[in-house]
Amino acid sequence: MAGELVSPTPALRGSARRTAALRLLRRRLIQAVPLMLGVVIINFCLIQMAPGSFLELMTAENQVSDPTTIALLRKTYGLDDPVWMQLLKYIWALLHFDFGFSYRQNMPVIQAIWIHLPATVLLMVSSIALAISIGVAAGVVASMKVRTFWDSLVSVAAMFFYAAPSFWLGIMMIVLFSVKLGWLPVGGMMKIGGNGGVLDILHHLILPTLALGLFYAAIYTRVMRSSMLEVAQLDFVRTARAKGLSRNKVTIHHVLRNALLPVVTILGVQMGTVLAGSVVIESVFSWPGVGSLLFDSVSSRNYPVVLGIMVLGSLVVIAANIAVDLIYMWLDPRIEIR
Amino acid sequence: MSGSALPLEIVDLRTTLFTRRGEMKAVDGLSLTVAAGETVALVGESGCGKSLSALSIMRLLPDPPARIVGGQVKLNGRDIVPLPEEAMLGIRGKEIGMIFQDPLSSLNPVATVEKQIVEVLMTHTELGRGQARVRAHELLELVGMPDAARRLDAYPHQLSGGMCQRVIIAMAIACSPSVLIADEPTTALDVTVQAQVLALLKKLQADAGMAMIFITHDLGVVAETADRVVVMYAGRKVEEASVDDLFENPLHPYTVGLIGATPTPGAERAERLADIPGMVPPLNALPQGCAFAPRCPRVMDRCLTQKPALTAPAPGRLVACFAAERT
Repeated sequence: MAGELVSPTPALRGSARRTAALRLLRRRLIQAVPLMLGVVIINFCLIQMAPGSFLELMTAENQVSDPTTIALLRKTYGLDDPVWMQLLKYIWALLHFDFGFSYRQNMPVIQAIWIHLPATVLLMVSSIALAISIGVAAGVVASMKVRTFWDSLVSVAAMFFYAAPSFWLGIMMIVLFSVKLGWLPVGGMMKIGGNGGVLDILHHLILPTLALGLFYAAIYTRVMRSSMLEVAQLDFVRTARAKGLSRNKVTIHHVLRNALLPVVTILGVQMGTVLAGSVVIESVFSWPGVGSLLFDSVSSRNYPVVLGIMVLGSLVVIAANIAVDLIYMWLDPRIEIR
Repeated sequence: MSGSALPLEIVDLRTTLFTRRGEMKAVDGLSLTVAAGETVALVGESGCGKSLSALSIMRLLPDPPARIVGGQVKLNGRDIVPLPEEAMLGIRGKEIGMIFQDPLSSLNPVATVEKQIVEVLMTHTELGRGQARVRAHELLELVGMPDAARRLDAYPHQLSGGMCQRVIIAMAIACSPSVLIADEPTTALDVTVQAQVLALLKKLQADAGMAMIFITHDLGVVAETADRVVVMYAGRKVEEASVDDLFENPLHPYTVGLIGATPTPGAERAERLADIPGMVPPLNALPQGCAFAPRCPRVMDRCLTQKPALTAPAPGRLVACFAAERT
């Protein structure tokens, strides 16, 4: 049979798709370099503009008023250099993975963050997992039962958790589940004197995960519901039904995967806000993570730590967005991300 | 009617759209039969009820607002209108295959060609995944897909419109259905590709002896493919004839108008195509009499108050028109 007028591009096989993914990864990593530089410069300048310095707090706390000691400290911490010099020194140090020293923890900044990192990663991963699973499931249910009681129930619940501030939700859950019912611990990551058993940590993880994750679950529910309804109208869904597939099979095999795309998109955009949200939630639940460390460091003007967390946080957000691009590419073969 | 069951026999099918603006009779008492190996073309302007008739046969109407309110669709003698949805699952794709208008958007963009063909095979046959893959490859070769082995791994966006339509045809005939419904299968394609797809459909139909309903608004395509033609207007059948009779001697003024509005090669370039004045009336505001009366050049007083019934002016011909009855 004669070929059609249009000569299509040859089918991309698995290996070609892998090459495309690697090319995307390389391009994104190169793009990340100027981005990170910008993040460092802006954060550094913002902190310079903020009132107070850790030196003032440090000297006040230790009741040091001797000008020579203060001058010596200024010299030790390099505060006499012009700001641009301090910035260049900071960037130079960063290139050697040196984030500075935290006098408060009496250890390098990177080590202070490292100690607090696992708790935050645990909280973020569990919250996002909760948000995606609840959001996708509730969105699918609402779309399949559209304009019924269940749909309304899901919508009202989503509206509630979207509107409720997470710190308020956290406190209310503590009041209900910890104080009144006594089911779950008030805060912390493990029992005092506990050895950090998995069950103990999970027990402590429930409330902060709910407080942080339900807000995002609400967003994903709304997005998923409308996305499912939109995809269900498309022609290929009718084709799938004309093949004799049951409604459930059509929903799962044809509608769901296409409907997931917008959820993945907003997931990448929101990684930064999840990190920011964890600062609040960690404070509410005394969760010993990076958020608590950040909160503590801001109060004590411990700028090297603040700056270090900002830089690492930006790295996490950039990495998450690269991951999202790759997932996107895997989900939708039409996409050639530039 | 003969005693042996026809592949498809539609009797007095009525499909109504229940909308806020009222009930609209989208398909109003359609009857037609298709014999094995026969192609019946369903012709009419947009909104005349062609596609809704096809979706009614498949029981794939968007509900709400559309619902079958009466009539029978007999598939090999069995009325499938009262069947529960689960029973329809075994009919769609197996006993009735369907081909759609826009091939590119009718395929799932995130699934490979192979996956989409294998899916229909695994739904209706006992084939294992490996055997289904082999069969998918055979089907692609059967529908004349160039370089079939390589196209199995392709995604729809990597194929041309004609290739996508071949994939859809492969899925529709995968389980050797006795009835094939083609809903404007060539409308979205280039003219050269159109001819290829039509030739392919004809060949597949002849080989398998399928009964085919061919929905189109293109009379040129009708002349090429159909054995018999049913002309629809505002949800009703207004004329039925063999393809030769219809083009030689159209009886209904609407059919005359449709044929007059089709360009003929060799006609004087300066000659303006005849058009049918006015528009199809909205289904919720049909005139009391004949729905075509407001646009009809041969309208009589009677046409404004009475709906003409189908009559048989000659063997094998049906027409619903007072004016045609008299001539």
